Amino acid sequence: MIERLVHWSRVKSPWVLHLNAGGGCNGCDIEILAALMPRFDLERFGVQLKGTPRHADVMICTGAVTLQNRDRVLRVYEQVPDPKFVVAAGACAMAGCVYRGSYHTLVGIDQLLPVNAYVPGCPFRPAALIDAVVKLLNSVK
Amino acid sequence: MEYKVALGPQHPALHEAVSLRMTLDGEIIRDADLKLGYSHRGIEKLAEERSFIQNIYLTERICGICSHSHTTCFTQGVEQLMELVPARRGLYIRTLIAELERVHSHLLWLGVAGQEAGFESFFMYTWRDREVVLDILEWISGNRVHYAMNTFGGVRRDIDELQKKKILDNLGLLRQRTDYYLNLAASEPTFIGRLAGVGKLSKEQAIALCAVGPTLRASGVPMDVRKDDPYAVYDEIPFEVCTADSCDVLGRAVVRVKELIQSYNMIEFILQNLPEGPFKVKAPRKVKPNEVYSRYEAPRGENVHYIKSNGSDKPERLKVRAPTLANYPATIAMLKSGFIADIPLIFAAIDPCICCAERLVQLDNPRSGESQVLSFSQLRSMANAHYKKIDLTKKEAAWPF
Ligand code: SF4
Repeated sequence: MIERLVHWSRVKSPWVLHLNAGGGCNGCDIEILAALMPRFDLERFGVQLKGTPRHADVMICTGAVTLQNRDRVLRVYEQVPDPKFVVAAGACAMAGCVYRGSYHTLVGIDQLLPVNAYVPGCPFRPAALIDAVVKLLNSVK
Repeated sequence: MEYKVALGPQHPALHEAVSLRMTLDGEIIRDADLKLGYSHRGIEKLAEERSFIQNIYLTERICGICSHSHTTCFTQGVEQLMELVPARRGLYIRTLIAELERVHSHLLWLGVAGQEAGFESFFMYTWRDREVVLDILEWISGNRVHYAMNTFGGVRRDIDELQKKKILDNLGLLRQRTDYYLNLAASEPTFIGRLAGVGKLSKEQAIALCAVGPTLRASGVPMDVRKDDPYAVYDEIPFEVCTADSCDVLGRAVVRVKELIQSYNMIEFILQNLPEGPFKVKAPRKVKPNEVYSRYEAPRGENVHYIKSNGSDKPERLKVRAPTLANYPATIAMLKSGFIADIPLIFAAIDPCICCAERLVQLDNPRSGESQVLSFSQLRSMANAHYKKIDLTKKEAAWPF
């Protein structure tokens, strides 16, 4: 019973943590915020942006992981309670974008964390992020 | 009793990875220090491996908010190296995009400032209006964030009559809304009370600490690259440099709102006086050996690129000094003797773009004057040695109560 309730609330109101993994250009972060703004209004799916990883169900990662930030990203990931979902948003988080071959970034966040959904684009449109979140929620159902 | 508090690198008040260490005396900040390097991506090194044309798209991705600033700065520099005179229509369109970008960046900032001041609905309002500008940019360039408009010798896409009309229509809407914000901000006592007097930076301090952009202009120094050293077509467009004398966060907000209105005027002027003719000219692929220093007034302040060419189709060196980096010393000065609760507001007031400012700095040995290159393993062993020296056990760790 409790389990069903928890599952129901998880699907109906996933709380997200927006994590900038370091080596991005900010474009994706701005588009995530734009997705939460009145025009696109991701909040109508119950999605709420949270400041702390301990409250979050879904981690939206943007940017390529820099070596300096690698351990910190892992630590944030470990703080998210189970079950956790990771969305790699943007070309940087997916595959390194233009920073591929740099001495200070990893090629994609999936080298570090298991990723549940990818959102392509540099940057993606807010609508693409909404699509990803809806697909992720459907797969959890 | 003094406390040391660390903020970041992952912290909800900072949207990007940067670490702030503060020494606190109760509520008051006595000392502050910034630690950078979390977002360093090695752009300057990557630029050396790519051709000039490819580098336009690389420099665009230095920053996601002022993407056009970095490409224009780079393109201008390379055009000087190539001794190429860009097409006039191209320059006008370039300036148009630059001003549209300034509008979107300032609206974004106003929203963030509103949010940090606890005025959430203001945040939602400005971000809704920002979508109008993003739509205009999307009509012109096909993208919301990275416009990819610049190329050597002009721009990549022309604009037609229909687009012109659409832009002018939407501009009316934006003007109306900006007037509304101006009234709102001027007549909302809580908003003014929260911003006034916070983050003081006197005129002398601002000059001594080399602040740039709205931070400098809000301290009463009328310095703007567009006026002082006009590039593109800024010498033909009438506009005023906006300043404020209050030297605080409120002044920075006022400067930005005034600049919004100036930008609307400029956009209108550009659209009405758009010259006929081609929008780009053909550019050579190779660049003669030379070096150049290019300046640009980005929404956050003066942006500087230094480019050195060696006769091939790749730059030998690219050095980027983004405006946020120039504003860091001033931020530290503003934070000192402020309150903890003001940190996000003061920090947001310089409109920091942290990933812009993450450059590698090479320090020469102060004694011998030599520069030295360390390998990664050397750095690692140095770091290990450093941490061995520190006593990590907490000696006086007693429960304070
Ligand atoms: S994917 Fe593109 S827009 Fe997004 S952070 Fe990377 S470079 Fe910026």
